[in-house]
This record gives sequence, structure tokens and C-alpha cells, in this order.
Amino acid sequence: MKQFSEAGELVCPAGTPAALRTAVDSGADSVYCGFRNATNARNFPGLNFTTEELEAAVAYAHARGSKVLLALNTYPPAGKVDLWRDAAAIAARVGVDACIVADMGVARHVAETYPRLRLHLSVQAAASSPEAIRYYCAHFGVRRVVLPRILTIPEIREIRREIPCEIETFVFGNHGLMVEGRCSLTNWMTGESTNMDGVCSPAGQVTYEEDADGALRSCLGGFTIDRFARGETAGYPTICKGRYTAPHRPEGYYAFEEPVSLNLARLLPELMAAGVHAFKIEGRQRSKSYVRKVVGAFRAAVDAIRAGAAPDLADLVVLTEGQKETQGAFQTKKWR
Amino acid sequence: MHLTLGPLAYHWSAERRRDFYARIADEAPVAEVCLGEVICSKRAPFHERELPEVIARLERGGKRVILSSLAEVMLKRERQATADLMEIEAHEVEINNAAGLLARGCRAHRVGPFLNAYNEDTIAWMAGRGATHVCLPTEMPGHAVAVAARAATALGLGVEVQVFGRAPLAVSARCYHARAHGRTRDNCRFVCEDDADGMPLATRDGQAILRVNGIQTQSESYIELLAELAEMPGMGVSHARILPQDVDMVAVARVFDAALRGTEEVAAARARLAIICGGTGFSNGFWHGEAGYRHIARRSDPT
Amino acid sequence: MTETATHSPARRWPHVPLAPLRALLQPVLARVVRRIARRHPEMFARIAPYQTADFMIVAREMPFALHLRPDPDAPVFRAVPRDPLPGHDARIEGPFLLLLSLVDGEEDGDAAFFSRDLVIAGNTEAVVSLRNALDDVEGSIAQETADLFGPPGRAVLAALRRRVLA
Repeated sequence: MKQFSEAGELVCPAGTPAALRTAVDSGADSVYCGFRNATNARNFPGLNFTTEELEAAVAYAHARGSKVLLALNTYPPAGKVDLWRDAAAIAARVGVDACIVADMGVARHVAETYPRLRLHLSVQAAASSPEAIRYYCAHFGVRRVVLPRILTIPEIREIRREIPCEIETFVFGNHGLMVEGRCSLTNWMTGESTNMDGVCSPAGQVTYEEDADGALRSCLGGFTIDRFARGETAGYPTICKGRYTAPHRPEGYYAFEEPVSLNLARLLPELMAAGVHAFKIEGRQRSKSYVRKVVGAFRAAVDAIRAGAAPDLADLVVLTEGQKETQGAFQTKKWR
Repeated sequence: MHLTLGPLAYHWSAERRRDFYARIADEAPVAEVCLGEVICSKRAPFHERELPEVIARLERGGKRVILSSLAEVMLKRERQATADLMEIEAHEVEINNAAGLLARGCRAHRVGPFLNAYNEDTIAWMAGRGATHVCLPTEMPGHAVAVAARAATALGLGVEVQVFGRAPLAVSARCYHARAHGRTRDNCRFVCEDDADGMPLATRDGQAILRVNGIQTQSESYIELLAELAEMPGMGVSHARILPQDVDMVAVARVFDAALRGTEEVAAARARLAIICGGTGFSNGFWHGEAGYRHIARRSDPT
Repeated sequence: MTETATHSPARRWPHVPLAPLRALLQPVLARVVRRIARRHPEMFARIAPYQTADFMIVAREMPFALHLRPDPDAPVFRAVPRDPLPGHDARIEGPFLLLLSLVDGEEDGDAAFFSRDLVIAGNTEAVVSLRNALDDVEGSIAQETADLFGPPGRAVLAALRRRVLA
């Protein structure tokens, strides 16, 4: 099996067993997934794994030299920690290669109960400084940190020099705007918590309303998150990607961020040079067709870079073509 | 239960802060006051000079002063500010970022609401590392608060719950105040100073819903847990946190003080608070495990 | 069954005798859904909370709608009149090719799912569950259905896929 330390590891999403097999077959070094409950941050209807499905997935991945990482990256509310402990027990039993955690209580439990189980620090822990990362490394033996999507490459390079663990960064997919693990917007509007329930803009509270003038409103929990004129492409009502009005912006504007997709394809060589060990592709809620295309394209690019050749980035760039795309904070801090 | 005035989230001028805390020192029935910039490191230089004077003034007024650390720590100046604050021994510190935990080591400290102490396991871990007090995340429902507070109390920790003020809903690396004015965080020119109670955001059909405060996003309505105060001591909650808003905070503190003492009915207290808050809506949904913005009336609570 | 929203009428089929056409289709559709239920029990488990939900799938160009109830014990898949549409929990309406891309694992239907071309009414969560459950099916349900009809079926699907991509 491949070693975790090989630079440029591709960490790919799987919302279903079929997507996991697709990711493995498309060249994923690692696949991350979660249980069908609140213990992970993509607790969406119809998504995720049962114990039996995870066990089979681990067998499938290991037989083909890939790893399985379990997202255990939500924050158990007091009184419900057993659900997270049970998940960790299953993870250890079926032999996942690492648990991705955010909560200190969960991290401590896994570190003490399953000392041989590798720990990764989730982006949900919001560890964005060398000091914060070192805290988790020192106390819970965290071996890898998933960096928040808010750092520039020079900043990543600097962090790399000051921490004792590997770095994983997001390179593709849905681009979160708020500091992850610190956002209660969904809970404010719906009563379902991103941190405690693993839910963001839950489909059960999404409605689309057509107004008399042909405009379409996308709503969450009864609140209009955006309004699209006739003919304008409509989007899913994610709170931080909606349009709002402010006193001096009466026309309505993207107060937080435009609905763009992160694509760092062009920065792959620089990221590898900066010491990033693993590239994470977002999208456990996406189809296996998406997984196949994105994983395949990134596989080819990383292999080319490793071989000292220029990667053909056209395939990667085309993945978000037609959609708005961003390099987020990675390219310039002007993004902030 | 004690009343704590939480840290000021907004960018008020140094002069305004001085006057505000002078009045709190003299008139507000709060036991504790948290000071320090929690939201944006760029603002700190504007009021750091005044800090010793404000602390002295509050202490003369009989208040216990706690120094709160930044919620987001990423830039050099943020890392340095956090490290420096953690060296302070003369006052208690409230830590809002894991970077602060590393610097503080096992020395006594409080755990702030941004540190995500959601459960008994995390609280036990933190207690073992020197935490003496924990302010629970604002979004925690009452039933989880009950379990967390019982565990924390058994470990000898103080337990705090936000009972008044806009709900802190999110933080970001990006400044949304600057963005609203076509600027970036680096050239923001402190436009956030114009909005003493945050910049209102409304939906495109005119429903006021959120407030922008620099890198922070808050609720439009104020959290108001007057009716819920009565059950908190029994759970082990020792401190009720009120957050500074652009209203008469001395009057707000008096309402909550009276409610804590049981000298005023909830309905009367709420009516008084509504007048003080000049029409801003109240919410208690988080506490009841409902959408945060909601205000849940209970049978025991005729309003 | 609460949702009885209005929908756009099929204008292209003014003279087709619709009731006999539907009757002709019912056994075929029943065969398709029984086969899927037999071959993909995990798909039905995945939408457990919505196994008895009634989905109406309305392809804009078709003179009838499709009623789906993903109940593993008594799966329903049948053609129903469009006007008025029978009561249902969720309605998915859009151009035929877009709907096809959603059930065809060969194509990335993600972008289509929340595009304006697709109208989702009623219980959005049920629809998302159905979509995620469909995606866990190895291969393509569209392909399996086409296979049921042998080489002509496969030829039709191949032609349709070319149009999706075009």
C-alpha cells in the first residue's frame, strides 16, 4: 500500500459505496467518507455509509492500494457523545486508515482508546495557525492537518516549517466562505446545526417559489436566500452564497461570496513545492460521475508533476468551465 | 448566578468605549466584564492604550475583569497578540482560539464561546488542562447545556451561557464590511466603525435577517433568555452573559439582574427590555432546539 | 399527499389518445421497476424514510407523467395523466434529456439538479434522497433499462446521450 508520506496524495470524496469504488478505480490514493448520521459534516439525506458498507468499502480500497479515511468531524453535543464513540469503535474495527476529527473530546477519546489509529485534524477544527495545529499534534498525536481554505501559498509554506505534521489542502470543489466549524447560520434559520448535526442548508427546508413576475426565489427555512430574474440561472439556497440588501446596497449583492467553485489546478505544482502532502477534492454530495471526472483529471496532473513533466491542466480547468471559478485565498490575500 | 458583560464585538471609538465602560463600572449590576478585541486584530491598536485605564475603572467599580482573546488567529499580528495575552497573570484570560490554549499551557484560564466546548468529554479535557470556567457555544440547546453544565460543575468549573445580545453566527477570513463597500480587509479604512450595532442585511424581499460586523456575521434579532434564566441554576449554569449592543446596557443589565433575583415577572421584564431595545426582535430558538431566530413562548410563559 | 401544484401542460400531443397509450406502457414500467427493486435493494434501503413517498416525474415533452413510489415490497412505477396530476409528495419536472441525465450515472447530473430548468416542488429532501440513492446504483439505471429492450433500447439511449452532451 502507498505510504501516507508521499507528496501529492489525492484525497477524494465518496458519498456512497458506488462513489467510493469509482474514486478508487479512478486513481484516488485515499477516499474519505462518513457514517449515515450526525457524526460527519455531510449528514445529507440518502448519503453515506452503514457499518457493513464501510467494511466492504475498506476491503475494496485496500485490495487496490487505496486508503479509507473516516470523517468523524462534527461536534457531539453534551449527552450524545456515545454516537461518536461508537463510530470510532467501528472505524477501528473495520480498519479505516485514519479518522478525521475536529472535537477535542473526540480526538482525545480516539487517541487514548485506539492509539494505533491515525488522526487527521478536520478543517472543521479551524486550526489556521502553527500554534493551533501544534496544540492538536502535541496532545492528540494528530498526524495531518486539513488547512482552512483561507490561507495563501506563502502562508502555507510558512506553516509547513513550523508544524510537525503533514498538510492537506482543498484543491477543488464547493468553496466554503465561513470559517468551518464556527458557523451557526444554518442553525439560525433551520434549527439544524452544522456543527452538531452535520447539516448545511438542509434540503428538507429548501423551497423554490415563483413570483408573479416570473422571478424565482430560493428559500431556506422560509427565508429568501436569493431571487433570480426570469432566465437567470438559479442556485441552491446556501446562506453564505445568497444575495442580500444592505442600507447602501439596496439592489442586492453577494454579501459574502459569489456562488463560485474552487479550482486550484493551476497552482498544483506550487502547492507541492510548498510542502503540501495531500490534495483534497470536495464533494461527498456529488455524483459518482463527478468523482470519476475530477479524480481522473487530478490523478493525471499529479502523476505528471511527480514525473517532472508539465501537467496538462486543460482537463482540470474545463471541469469548472462555464461556472464561475476561484482560486480563493490561495493566490492572493486580496480575497479577504 | 452572576451576570457577565461579554466582550464588545463592534468597533466603537476609544472615546466611546471609555465612556461606555465608565458607566458600566459605576452603574451596571454585573459582576464581571470581559474586555479585549475578539473579532478583528486590525482594530486593537485603537483601544489598547486605553485598556489599563478601563480595567482600573472597572475594578474600582467592583467588577472582575477578564481579558478575552481573538476568535480567529492566522496572521502574524494575531499570533503575537494571542501569545502576549496568554502571558498575563494579573487578570483572568478567556481563550477563543486553540493557539491561545497552546501558549497558556496548564495555567488557569477560561474557555470562550468560540472554542467549541460542546460536550462533557471536551470540557473534561479542557478542565484537565487548566480551564476554570467555560462559556458554552451560543447555539447549544438547553438539554445539552444541562448535561454539559452538570459535568463542568462536577469538575469545579464555572459555566456561562449567553442570555442577551446578537447571536454570533459565523466568522471568516474575509471582511464583509469592507466587501460591502468595495474594499478588501487590508484597505478597509475601518468602515465598520460606522455601524455601532452591526450592518444590517435583509433578504431580497425585505426581511431583516443578519448583521455584518467586520469578519463576523451575527443575527439581526437579539437573543433573550429571560424566561429560561429560572431553570439555569438548577442545571449548574453559574454565569449569564449579556453582550454589549448599541442600547442602554446599564438598563439591560438591570433587567437581567432583576430577573435573576426573581424580583420581576418575565412578562414585565421582557416588556421593559423591548422598550430599551427599541424594536429589535428577540429570539430564543437555539435554547429550545429550534431555528435560532424563533421566539418560543411556553405555556408557563403567557407572553 | 399534499402537493397538487400546477404544472405546464404538454402541448405537443393534442391528438394522441392518451389513456390507451398509458395502458400500453404500464406493464413495461412495472417490469422496469420490479427489476430495479430486485437488483438494487441497497438503493431502496438508502431512501428508507421516503419508501412510501409518491414522486411525480414530469418530462415536459411527454404527454403523461410518471408516478414512482420506491416501496421495496410494492414498488410503483406507472404512467399517470398530467392534467390534473394526481396527489403526490414531490414533483420533479423538466426537459426529458435533463431528467435522463439525472438517472444516468454516465452523466454528471449535479449541475442540472438545481438548475432552473428543473422544477422541484413539494418535499425537497425526498427528492435529494432519491437522487443520492440513484447515484449509488453501480452503472446506470438508464443503461439497465435500455438493456431490457435489447439493441434497439441501447441505440436509443446512446442517441439520447449524444443529445445530452450536445
